[in-house]
Amino acid sequence: MSVSNLLENWSKYRHTHPLDDGGHADWNAYPSPIKWAMSIDLDACTGCNACSVACYAENNLPVVGKDKYAHGQAMHWMRIERYWGEPEKAIDEFDSAMNFQLVAQNFDVDQGAQFLPMLCQQCEAAPCETVCPVGATNHTEDGLNSQIYNRCIGSRYCSANCPYKVRYFNWYSYPDQEHAWPEPLNQQLNPDLTVRTKGVMEKCTFCKQRTYTARNDAKTEGREIRDEDVQTACQQACPTGAISFGNLFNPESTVAKQWSAQQVDLVKEKQDKDGTPDNKLRGYRILEELRPFPSIMYLERVRESAV
Amino acid sequence: MGKDIREDIAWAQINKDVLASVQSPRKLYWVILFIALAVFGVGIGCEVMNYRIGLGVSNMDNPHVWGLYIATFIFWIGMSHSGTLLSAILHLMHADWRKPIYRFAEAMTTFSLMTAGLFVAVHLGRLWQIYYALPYPNERWTWPNFQSPLLWDAMAIFTYLSSSVIFLYIGSIPDLAICRDNIQAGWRKKLYSILSLGWEGTDRQWRNFRITYMTVACFLIPLAVSVHSIVASDFAMSQQPGWHVTSFPPYFVAGALYSGCAAIITLFVILRYVFKFEEYMTLPILRKTVRLTFAIAMVWTYLNCIEFASAWYGHSQADKAVLIQKATGPYAPFWWSMIFCGSVVPFAMMVKKWQVNIPIMFAVSLLLNLGMWLERWMIVSPTFAHGYYPWSWDHDQWPSLVQWGIVFGSFGWFTLLFMVFCKIIPSVSMYEVKEMVYHRTLAKKKEELGLEGGH
Repeated sequence: MSVSNLLENWSKYRHTHPLDDGGHADWNAYPSPIKWAMSIDLDACTGCNACSVACYAENNLPVVGKDKYAHGQAMHWMRIERYWGEPEKAIDEFDSAMNFQLVAQNFDVDQGAQFLPMLCQQCEAAPCETVCPVGATNHTEDGLNSQIYNRCIGSRYCSANCPYKVRYFNWYSYPDQEHAWPEPLNQQLNPDLTVRTKGVMEKCTFCKQRTYTARNDAKTEGREIRDEDVQTACQQACPTGAISFGNLFNPESTVAKQWSAQQVDLVKEKQDKDGTPDNKLRGYRILEELRPFPSIMYLERVRESAV
Repeated sequence: MGKDIREDIAWAQINKDVLASVQSPRKLYWVILFIALAVFGVGIGCEVMNYRIGLGVSNMDNPHVWGLYIATFIFWIGMSHSGTLLSAILHLMHADWRKPIYRFAEAMTTFSLMTAGLFVAVHLGRLWQIYYALPYPNERWTWPNFQSPLLWDAMAIFTYLSSSVIFLYIGSIPDLAICRDNIQAGWRKKLYSILSLGWEGTDRQWRNFRITYMTVACFLIPLAVSVHSIVASDFAMSQQPGWHVTSFPPYFVAGALYSGCAAIITLFVILRYVFKFEEYMTLPILRKTVRLTFAIAMVWTYLNCIEFASAWYGHSQADKAVLIQKATGPYAPFWWSMIFCGSVVPFAMMVKKWQVNIPIMFAVSLLLNLGMWLERWMIVSPTFAHGYYPWSWDHDQWPSLVQWGIVFGSFGWFTLLFMVFCKIIPSVSMYEVKEMVYHRTLAKKKEELGLEGGH
């Protein structure tokens, strides 16, 4: 084990910043360059939680029970957040931290509840990746944050540095707990991926097991990835079709079309947004100003008051 | 102000007094040892639960992924710094008054680092895989992530711990030889014979000793500053509101020296009584230590103000919200106690009469350390309670008894190590105290003879 070997190995898994270049992608295993991305239409979202349930079923997420859920120890990779009040108002009054708190607690039910499906944003410059002491979370060539359960030692620094708090820690040995998968739920555990032991971090993978298969199939057939090749579990379950998922590098994909229609670019600095007030653009990314370059674009809800 | 120590103590008397400390301390020693053992036992019990059942028993949850373990880890790391300040920095500055108290301060450094190391282990989700964080060659060609401040942290602490053990040991060699020569029976004789490395006190040995000691001291000083700066980087290099603060490294170093000096006063009072060191750990020395502590307290207060001001005027709403949350939210009682203990209580050290009043200074030093522990907690937890993402705010999380138990147990572990050390290795440096007496006597003689240039 020489030093040069060390550096070479290490730099391979440390992507450079998306502003500089595309990193050191090794596309041999891929049919063509891939960047998985998502867009979620909040106007279509009804807050039915089907995506969350589908995620539990697809990814072997343990059910933690009422007490642990109340303790904040749930494992919902895909969670539906419920808000009251108008975000527009919140943004206007976001002039002081005090108001920020008031607005967040303010129950304004005129416009009804507002829902926001939240999952790992698969950031291109992810704050979680750089801080892991053992390199258990890395960036993959196809633009995902991978989480290597076997490598994770549970320092939880990644979660501490995640602005969205979408990483979930195995506080207990959940697979051993009776309410995790009570009979006959254990029969539906997905054999395509593991269950996780206590003491490791986990999070949304964009249904890695599905994208992996799709990519291999495309490679074998010698063609590009198409939208119909793969759906994430949440996308598949959404009754209103609020979620679209695909390869952002393929201009024909729904996601790429949506992103460019909303003038959202993966790299915030390259974004050229139409600044006019009545531009009708609804696309935005959450906490974009922290520059983690998230891969999920949300489409703002169209309010009655705005129509 | 009186002399630091009486100048007419005979060298033989110094040997006798200090050797008595390792052989026949007051009964209180055994009481302290027993209590420490019991407290440590509580910590062990809690850690067994933590390890077997999972970290969930600590009541941490998904926004609150770090808790008292990390806060107490910083506390113990911080406490270690003043030992180095007294033994290395003041050594280079030729501050003579440090001589009777630096040995135990250096021991405090070593043992508080050992205690801090335990918290790294306790905190981990998979303790049994802790070696993944070491850069060891392996057939999988996997390395730790050298970008992570946590890894720098681990390396800095290992370096600091090993260097301070070496420094502590080298400095004790002449004293170990005195023990070897005066204690003629039992396991102690064997132990001292091995540890004193054949020290005879020849001219050449003393010369080499001085050079080595000075070299290690010079090596240790940058370490002491860098270690806590790196601990600060764990927070300052992250992106979270309330942590992403440029002034954190000096702030942490000041806080470290502060809590360390307070701990030195606490231990000073205890050792002085338990080992009958009234002749050596004198009130003038206490007064100097107290003054040093007061100066550092003011530096800490100043840096605290800088931190608040930069959050307040920094136009980062999330940072500001965390600050307001600290002062008015559920953490407010602890946050204001921190301000009170850390910035108001030290003014008691301005009163000249109180500077040498042992009960008052003992109480003050305990309060200062309470404040400094609260400070670390107030750095770690409020950011988790009130981060960037409002949906994940959790103001109700409270550490479980398991978490408190391990924090409590760590004090037992530290006391145990420290007390056992003081019973085996002389906690007052005999040869350096002799230097003091020697210098002073010489100076006095010169004075009597009317010569100039007394020491």
